[in-house]
Amino acid sequence: MAPRRTHSIISFVGIIFVWELAVRLFHVSPFKFPGPARVGSALWQMCMSGELFHHVVASLYRVTWGYYLAVAVAVPLGLLLGSWRGARNIMNPLIQFLRPISPLAWIPVALIWFGIGDRPAIFLIFLSAFFPMVVFTMSGVQGVRRTYLRVADNFGLTGIRRYVKVVLPASMPEIVVGLRITLGTAWLVIVAAEMIAVKSGLGYLIVDARNALRMDRVIAGMIVIGIIGLSLDYLICQIEGIPYVQWSRQRR
Amino acid sequence: MSKVEVRNLSKSYIERREKVRSPQNCRCQEECRVFHDLNFAVEAGSFTCFLGPSGCGKSTLLHIIAGFEKPDSGKVLIDGREVTGASPKHIFVFQEDGLLPWLTAKQNIALGARGIKDPKQREKQEQEYIEMVGLKGFEDHYPHELSGGMRRRAEVARALITNPDILYMDEPFGALDFVTRLQMREEMLNVHFMFDSTILFITHDIDEALQLGDQILVMSERPSRIKADIVLDHPHPRDLSTGELASLRKEIYFLMGLHAEL
Repeated sequence: MAPRRTHSIISFVGIIFVWELAVRLFHVSPFKFPGPARVGSALWQMCMSGELFHHVVASLYRVTWGYYLAVAVAVPLGLLLGSWRGARNIMNPLIQFLRPISPLAWIPVALIWFGIGDRPAIFLIFLSAFFPMVVFTMSGVQGVRRTYLRVADNFGLTGIRRYVKVVLPASMPEIVVGLRITLGTAWLVIVAAEMIAVKSGLGYLIVDARNALRMDRVIAGMIVIGIIGLSLDYLICQIEGIPYVQWSRQRR
Repeated sequence: MSKVEVRNLSKSYIERREKVRSPQNCRCQEECRVFHDLNFAVEAGSFTCFLGPSGCGKSTLLHIIAGFEKPDSGKVLIDGREVTGASPKHIFVFQEDGLLPWLTAKQNIALGARGIKDPKQREKQEQEYIEMVGLKGFEDHYPHELSGGMRRRAEVARALITNPDILYMDEPFGALDFVTRLQMREEMLNVHFMFDSTILFITHDIDEALQLGDQILVMSERPSRIKADIVLDHPHPRDLSTGELASLRKEIYFLMGLHAEL
């Protein structure tokens, strides 16, 4: 672990150094590409004024709502579709058709349905997370070892117990992969969603800074987005430590 | 009335792919016949061993008897009633690991104790069975943290705690090392004496069948049929090297196409 951490520090320090050097050496205009010193000071200013905090909270708020709603609907639906063939045959073509439509293509629809404010953004996050999550859960359920289902039958686990004790944990490995990938997608989409219809959030921050020709603030915003994306990924990985989830990793 | 009765049971699989190997001895091009018109009966409280070469359809047969799969024709009667699905009174011990890997040994065993209503009684019972199969100190371990023998024991405990009417065992000790396997064999004899479950036990080990069985059904290769239905009433422990059992052993070797005794 230690050498790996050292490596990542070296790579980040290295890129900052090269970046600053290049900007100074070639006299790049700060309106086109400011150096790390300018970006750093813009970041510092935004931190101190509380402005950055405000935008981060706004973005996280929307992502959280959209993502949780999507997971709350998609996982049960995926469990149902995965184990009920008739429903799957009806719903699956529809899901597969809607899935490749980018959430960004839904922006006009979102605006007309939900107007202005948090709700269209939350709706877009929901869409971006919902379809992949259904598909991951569904395929997780379909891949459950037959023996486990037979154990459930044999010990008389029926109805909701069957799902809680057997089907859900057995498909958990794939669901967790879905949760992780989907959270990443949701975070990608929120920035785009915030470029329209709202006056807060990191996406708005970037558009607003561009309109003011403040490239330093644009890049500072991008860096913050990267850092939060990494942190979210780190957090979601923690659920892999729960035994209910972790079992597949430890088998042989 | 027999405990388990199999009447005119047939099963075949539709094989989509053409089998590459030797089409003359396997009529597997389209319809692969596992067995056809199988008939036999098992008495209540007996230990019946199914003996046959691998791939002869022993597992399929047991899965059908247990109600996990449907036969193409014929029927299975248990206590005179036709089997339509799995039942918590008839517990299956699987060939591959049947423990649920996301539950600890104790939680797995508790699956079998769900029928006991009183929580104190249930807890006591669980503890008793954990001790009986020698898993004390390992009850909070997950299956992957247990040895192969311990996993088998936990699964057997999970089955026995339900006090099953019938116990189905599909080559339960096939994956174990030689010594552990002999130990498990001995423990199975104890189980047979202590519980009055009817046991249907699949094996491809001739000596195992001779040591354990009250009845041995020798099956042929696919399409499978019963080559011999042997009833044994020899006391345990059995010495297979002399007397009637030794000649029976030779006979079974011969039935299974093994001419020289190894």
